[in-house]
Amino acid sequence: MFFDTRPISSDTLVPDDPALGLIAMSGPNDPAPSIRIAQGRIVELDGVAEANFDLIDEFIARRGLDLDVADEAMATADLDYALMLVDPGVPRRDCVRLAGGMSPAKLAHVLALMTPVELMSAMTKMRVRRTPSIQAHVTNRVDHPLLIAADAASAVALGFRELETTVPVLRDAPSNALALLVGSQVAGAGALTQCSVEERTELELGLRGLTTYAETVSVYGTEQVFVDGDDTPWSKAFLAACYASRGLKMRFTSGSGAECLMGAAEGRSMLYLESRCVALSRAAGAQGVQNGGIDGVSVTASVQDGMREVLAENLCVMLRDLESCAGNDTLMSFSDIRRTSHTLPLLLAGADFLFSGFGSIPAYDNAFGPSNFNAEDLDDYLVLQRDWGFEGGLRSRSDEDLLPLRRRAAEACRAVYDELGLAAFSDEDVEAVVVAHGSLDLPPLDPGLVPAAGDAIMARGITGLHVVDALAQRGFTIESERVLAMLRARLDGDHLQTAAIYDTEMRVLSNLTDPNDYSGPGSGYRISADRRDQIGRVRQERTHADLVAEQGPAAGCLRVANGRPARERPRPDEVVVGLSPAFAVTVWQTLGGCTVAEALRQVLAGLEEEGVASRVVRVRRSIDVGNIGWTAARLSGSGVGIGLQGKGTALIHRADLPVLANLELYSNAALVGPPLYRALGRNAARHARGATPEPVLLPESAEPFGPRYHARVVALVAEERRAVEPLDPIEVELTWP
Amino acid sequence: MAVTDPAADLRITAETLRRQADLAEGAGNPQLAENLRRGAELTAFADDELLRFYDNLRPGRSSAAELDQLAADLDARGAPRCAALVREAGGAYVRRGLIS
Repeated sequence: MFFDTRPISSDTLVPDDPALGLIAMSGPNDPAPSIRIAQGRIVELDGVAEANFDLIDEFIARRGLDLDVADEAMATADLDYALMLVDPGVPRRDCVRLAGGMSPAKLAHVLALMTPVELMSAMTKMRVRRTPSIQAHVTNRVDHPLLIAADAASAVALGFRELETTVPVLRDAPSNALALLVGSQVAGAGALTQCSVEERTELELGLRGLTTYAETVSVYGTEQVFVDGDDTPWSKAFLAACYASRGLKMRFTSGSGAECLMGAAEGRSMLYLESRCVALSRAAGAQGVQNGGIDGVSVTASVQDGMREVLAENLCVMLRDLESCAGNDTLMSFSDIRRTSHTLPLLLAGADFLFSGFGSIPAYDNAFGPSNFNAEDLDDYLVLQRDWGFEGGLRSRSDEDLLPLRRRAAEACRAVYDELGLAAFSDEDVEAVVVAHGSLDLPPLDPGLVPAAGDAIMARGITGLHVVDALAQRGFTIESERVLAMLRARLDGDHLQTAAIYDTEMRVLSNLTDPNDYSGPGSGYRISADRRDQIGRVRQERTHADLVAEQGPAAGCLRVANGRPARERPRPDEVVVGLSPAFAVTVWQTLGGCTVAEALRQVLAGLEEEGVASRVVRVRRSIDVGNIGWTAARLSGSGVGIGLQGKGTALIHRADLPVLANLELYSNAALVGPPLYRALGRNAARHARGATPEPVLLPESAEPFGPRYHARVVALVAEERRAVEPLDPIEVELTWP
Repeated sequence: MAVTDPAADLRITAETLRRQADLAEGAGNPQLAENLRRGAELTAFADDELLRFYDNLRPGRSSAAELDQLAADLDARGAPRCAALVREAGGAYVRRGLIS
């Protein structure tokens, strides 16, 4: 079956199965929303009486909800609140205030009512920070420290403001964190770094200043899964306080599908469970949540309405006034169309972090598994950003930009490892890393090196300040100052506020300093003129001059000299070939890639092959191939003419036909090569003799013409237009160099 | 290496965290404020103590009595908010049968 061969057919989809938690939203077993308050405490939450609260209910009930607005919020009709969310005239703070008094089931009910566009519209208003940002994954298969550093430098140069690494082997974690920290400060200041590992180790790396934020503080929507994950809401809340105590930014991680994968969804819908996670995160005092297509996204994607659920859970975070780090970090389909469709709505709507993260390294090097977008997709992403004008956070960079930064990062990392006695790398290692696409391009790494470096970092108590010192000792002054600045920034704590990031001047952008003030068209985050210019400059862009210059190599392939004014029908056995105004003047190469000389030579050869005489004229008043061919036909003794444009479009015309008709047309010049021009000449000759030859068929092609050629057509047509003169056709003499 | 006592002079202070907590409260997020205030309390504790407390709060690591003791210790060392968190955890863990 043909459809079985399509990529989409490798995705496994399932019908709703609430018993297994395989239902996106509005599950039959989801509780009816409720909050009952007695003596200033919540005694019932979403249909569960206090005595029966599980750990999650209790944590949310005790800490997460605003009792002062609960009655008002719960009494607000779902549709009325949904309308508030999409109405740009209703201030964000009003929506946040009411959400504070809504139970998890209540928010899930509201979100389930909203269409994709309504969700997007609400997100534009409800995200915390005005300026969207983007996170990168920076990992490799072998935890090569120099490659991590170089890739971190590239990522920051591209615009990523948070970098996340992880490890296949826990012992490598300290080394990865250190290398990432060094590399992150090479291209500019202020990028935050984290190392996603088991909770305790992640905390320790943060305490030591080897990371500058934490994200993998995972929470789940059912008690069983939470406890299976070796934590409770209280232990997670304590962990959050530990991070705060050392001035470290931190967010929680949830994301639908996890409970199904752990076999304990309690028959609830994904959106309801996720709404519990988000309420719990708020209750614990986390400033933000990573969700919306994390590790379990393919489970969510397997059920009906799954992608809408993912968007809804992102919005849920925003409604709780938390930083939304919006997922898109797991490849969720074999189909490029489908994975793009997962991410695009979020890109258009905007989030505090659009990805968490984008795989800035090749998919095979992503130790998290491939992200939904990877290094291979970087240019696609940049072009999407250019197409739509959303703030995607990234910019195009050339090798000239990146290679010196990669070298600097690799050298800095090498110096730190040497200075701290962690490992020695050679010049060859550095050289390979600078130009590497990924770890497969590197010489093999001693498998014991990174674990040993990690052990040494831990055993010897190496901290971020040791890194500062080592960089300074080895002359990496700027990097040393930047790492120190990241550590110093902990002292004032401004980055502990919601949705805080640093810009490249180390200014904090957060809910306090850069609040989302969207209130309809013309408000909120807007792309500046400079930023628009930056977004526009992508690798695929070709200026008019570039496109005209492509003609250069073929210039002079044919000399066409004006002769006498074109005679009318001097002999009956001829076919006249009409050339366009710029043919062999400024246009030298057809879209199909042959020179104009070759195209014309083949046409004339085809005529000669059939024993028909030819005469070549230049049509100077028109660039239209039909008009050119028809003009040639009217001059032709046989009444048959050929029109030939510089870009290679060609046709056979006859004098008695309307100007816009033709006998045969090569409309898609990109598909026409020398043999077809010869065939066109032959057929024109047969028409001239009164025969009715089989039309020449262009080869089949499923490739689109426009994306590759239309910009070139515009450039070449402009050249034709410039060459037009208000003069009658003229016979030409051809010289073939 | 020149660095001898790396962490000491690059620690956020309790006062700063409480000031940030007030800002968070003013911005309408009392839960974030509470977390920053718990963090302010924990500035007085060494890294390895924090790691140990965290471990003790994980499922099945401590008995109810041990959590009570941890709460009492936190109280005694000027961390009443963290102590309250631990007490609340202990009660919930016992009620849900995680520990006895």
